Amino acid sequence: MFIQILFYVFATVLVGAAIGVITARNPVHAVMYLVLAFFNSAVLWLLLEAEFLAIVLVLVYVGAVMVLFLFVVMMLDVNVESVKSGFTRYAPLGVVVLVIIAVELAQVIWVRHMGLRGIGELTPLPADYNNTRELGLLLYTEYFYAFELAAVILLVAIVAAISLTMRRRPGLKVQNIAQQVAVRREDRVKLVKMDSEERQ
Amino acid sequence: MIGLPHYLTLSAILFLLAVAGIFINRRNVILLLMCIELMLLAVNFNFVAFSRFLNNLDGQIFVFFILTVAAAEAAIGLAILVVLFRSKRSIDVDDLNSMKG
Repeated sequence: MFIQILFYVFATVLVGAAIGVITARNPVHAVMYLVLAFFNSAVLWLLLEAEFLAIVLVLVYVGAVMVLFLFVVMMLDVNVESVKSGFTRYAPLGVVVLVIIAVELAQVIWVRHMGLRGIGELTPLPADYNNTRELGLLLYTEYFYAFELAAVILLVAIVAAISLTMRRRPGLKVQNIAQQVAVRREDRVKLVKMDSEERQ
Repeated sequence: MIGLPHYLTLSAILFLLAVAGIFINRRNVILLLMCIELMLLAVNFNFVAFSRFLNNLDGQIFVFFILTVAAAEAAIGLAILVVLFRSKRSIDVDDLNSMKG
């Protein structure tokens, strides 16, 4: 009963936050609604006893990706009013697509239910079950190759993001460290031999 | 009792809202990116729910990789967006017509 109440409360807030994301006029508000949606999903994942992923969702998604979004939204000054125009032209097509997807999903989930009813109730996991440990055991044995590939993907993302946004601005005074380090005494110091002069 | 159909329905609603968001905000690239994040969240919901109800952790491993790829996608997408804004002074989809596509 308690779990049911929790599920419905957080699911309602989640759907409300999602509606907020797609209808907010200000992109900053949209990002904030998205953060709310991620928090609520994390709680729902906790209800599903996927603790590690719930924490990762908060840490990685809210802590890193959403903050990145927020930085970019605040850096670009988006003209809020002009962005919303031109909606009515595509509204009929959007409604058609939405209805098709809704009917198909309802077919799969509720009408045909593909034997989902047979899956049945949640059995509570034992008290000494450790979600993180089980995931780690699987990740570092069976999925180790995929894990390394994920690391390479992240590296590629770092390189791509930096190389895309780095630019050389003309007229900027910067040090050339290599040149400074490679300098030799002969390049800079010149000894001049001259006779001593008379005192004035 | 909360069963698998409840979670699947919630995920379907999330996905539909994200698709609706793509149609509503079809001129703002950054909101399109956010709607894609919402779609990925809906998909992850399905994975976690199935993984829990089938007692099979492979689904949660998959969510882990989806989160990795989504983070990379967001980083590169936002970098492209910043470069785009620098050259066009706008992130309107209708302004991206230099290739006449």
